[in-house]
Amino acid sequence: MKRQSYDGVVVTSPVTVPYVRYSQETAHWWIARALRATLATASLRPDEIDGFSVSSFSLFPDTPVGLSQHLGLTLRWLDTVPMGGASAVAGFRRAARAVHAGDVDIVACVAGDSNYIDSFRKLLSSFSRFSMDATYPYGFGGPNASFALLTDAYMAQYGATREDFGKIAVSQRDNALKNPDAIMKKPLTMEEYLNARPISDPIALFDCVMPVAGSEAFLVMREEEANRRSLPYARVASTIERVNAFPEDPIQLRGGWAMDIDEFWEMAGFGPGDIDLLQTYDDYPVISMMQMEDLGFCKKGEGPDFVRKHDLTIGGDFPHNTSGGQLSVGQAGAAGGYLGFVEALRQVTGLAGGTQVEGARRAVVSGFGMINYDRGLLSAAAALEGVTP
Amino acid sequence: MSIPLTPPPKKDPQKRTRVPTLPPAMRSRAATGISAAAAEGRFALQHCEECGTVQYPPRDACCKCLSVDLTYKDTETGAEVLAETRIHASPDPFFRERLPWRQGSVKLDAGPVAVVHLHGDVGRGDRVRMAMKLDKAGQGVLIALPIERTEAMEDDPTLRGLTAHPKHRRILITDGRNPVAVPLAKALLKAGASTVFVGEAEAWRRWPGRAALEAIEGVEIMDLDVSDMRSVTELAGEIGGKTDILINTARFVRPGGVTMQDTVFAREELDVNVLGVMRLAQAFGPGMAGRVQDGTNNAVAFVNVLSSYALVPDPAYGAFSASQAAARSVCQTLRGEYRPQGLRVMTVYTGPTDDEWHQPLPPPKVAPSALARDIVNGLIEGLEDVYSGDVAKDMFERWQRDAKVLEREMTTGGGI
Repeated sequence: MKRQSYDGVVVTSPVTVPYVRYSQETAHWWIARALRATLATASLRPDEIDGFSVSSFSLFPDTPVGLSQHLGLTLRWLDTVPMGGASAVAGFRRAARAVHAGDVDIVACVAGDSNYIDSFRKLLSSFSRFSMDATYPYGFGGPNASFALLTDAYMAQYGATREDFGKIAVSQRDNALKNPDAIMKKPLTMEEYLNARPISDPIALFDCVMPVAGSEAFLVMREEEANRRSLPYARVASTIERVNAFPEDPIQLRGGWAMDIDEFWEMAGFGPGDIDLLQTYDDYPVISMMQMEDLGFCKKGEGPDFVRKHDLTIGGDFPHNTSGGQLSVGQAGAAGGYLGFVEALRQVTGLAGGTQVEGARRAVVSGFGMINYDRGLLSAAAALEGVTP
Repeated sequence: MSIPLTPPPKKDPQKRTRVPTLPPAMRSRAATGISAAAAEGRFALQHCEECGTVQYPPRDACCKCLSVDLTYKDTETGAEVLAETRIHASPDPFFRERLPWRQGSVKLDAGPVAVVHLHGDVGRGDRVRMAMKLDKAGQGVLIALPIERTEAMEDDPTLRGLTAHPKHRRILITDGRNPVAVPLAKALLKAGASTVFVGEAEAWRRWPGRAALEAIEGVEIMDLDVSDMRSVTELAGEIGGKTDILINTARFVRPGGVTMQDTVFAREELDVNVLGVMRLAQAFGPGMAGRVQDGTNNAVAFVNVLSSYALVPDPAYGAFSASQAAARSVCQTLRGEYRPQGLRVMTVYTGPTDDEWHQPLPPPKVAPSALARDIVNGLIEGLEDVYSGDVAKDMFERWQRDAKVLEREMTTGGGI
């Protein structure tokens, strides 16, 4: 059966609650702030929404069910999306279908996490059973070590160099300097990137995201509702999602996008050459490079060359991770999975402020997540087209 | 090649002894099979009984056919290193103290991919031999080793941390009168032990073999009677702070079943063979447990030599067998008590040894030199359970297959 479009459903009211390195506040607090801000953007009261989609790692002992009472929400549709870096696209997909089918009218999609001193270690310690059994006891390098292994294999296989990854990180820092909410405020040079403290070879300090506290949100509603409220919004031309792709690959040199990419562009009705900017999930530069390949911007193995040949900054010929991405803005737990989506939504609706790509109308945003053991199990992508009233 | 370990300098008494930390010890129930295999020096992975798929990490269902009929089976050890990293930052206290730490991803010939420890002599692209070892937390881990022996490979810090190698360590053999003492002391010194202390009870009684022991360079004979708490405590006061490996060879054995046996002998057997272990554990244990991370010559293992009659009795040695079963149980408890402290408890099970107390038994019997070799090998490999000699190996196999059948065989005569 041919997949149905998302016609008539739109995404609007992007919100980022500025991140902080450490926070004494809880995930509940961060989510409340993002929810309040996205509702305010659309001039909605909390009792005017009937759907809520939540992504967070640190709500324990609560679940989004308890959170609804905590925040005083009466809902007829509630979703938990524990999909890490793929949370925004996955959350949107579920919400959009429910809005489309009339199960719900307005869904607030929110992701947020706190970051206490030591909460990163605690999150790692209880992340998954496979990591507990089969990666922590081997040096406890966390995701840094897991990504170091696949970066090592990728470099050996495709000839990528540290400079190639450095270009991604350095360009994003350049973008971040235009984003007042980015945690990283200082410019980053290639030399600083290359000489940075090693973390897990070949990964060094500027290949890694900084865990922070923060939250992000957007609303999913029918197009006529957005028009009635005179909100700038985006239509979603296409989405894909894949769990545990290519399990037979001995090491992850491609993500699940490669399985679904033909369908992605076919549903979108346009191609890689037609987009104005790309937001990849950048927990490490190697993953951004894989997304450029697997989403069809270049062939497999040509990622390094593609990066060398393009200017990835806001004013460049291939604007990439325009807010600075997680590498420069910080990773606020599950909100890291929302960062690119929310920025893409701002971009295509002309709300990106200092990081605005001129005339941006079409964006692709991709998600990646959950190193359950030796690889990221989730991949997702969405193509957004902005409509301004 | 690995950098050969140099003999550690004398300890500076003003320096603080490092408080032991442990690598992450939490495991799922399914993963416990790895630790069980490592304890016996095997390399075993989950096999699906229905479709034959070999899988890793351990699961509760087959990742190919969803069968829950999964069994740990010995598996081929060949593998290739796909990628490697050197970890420079870790939030875990144990690894933080040991950075950088090398980790690799290997493709096992048996199918699955595993994230593993890398021996210093292997890296990306290499063919390797996989082994399962117990780490400081007493949990099974996978390490990729060179296929061919490399120079000083046992001195690789990762591998040494997973074993109880005698090299540069000070070792106490508790009873010099046990015929294994001479070959054991020699084998330990040959493996690099710096000092072998040998216990002697009732020194006024002459015994054969004393002269041979005394003549070995590196051996020091000390007063020790494991049936006397004061004697054990005194020796612990003297050498407890520098005992890195304790090998308990003290044993009291008299033939005889249960109905006809003099309970005086039975009491003596329990006193030496069971309470002796407890006394040693109480006197030496705390000091050893506090020194499990005390540099190159840290405390690593508490070893007991038991008879395989610990698993099932030989009625001809009824009371003795009972003492061995009790000693086995004590060792298992000790393992539970020492595991959180990072001290290994190794149990060596032997069949009838070739000595006066087993004189009427037919062969095969375990020669003291063979037993000594198996003990040292167990330390070098870092095992928890060692079965020395054909009788012990055979009995263990039969015990695993069907303990009740073995009991019938042993108690109706001619079992062994």
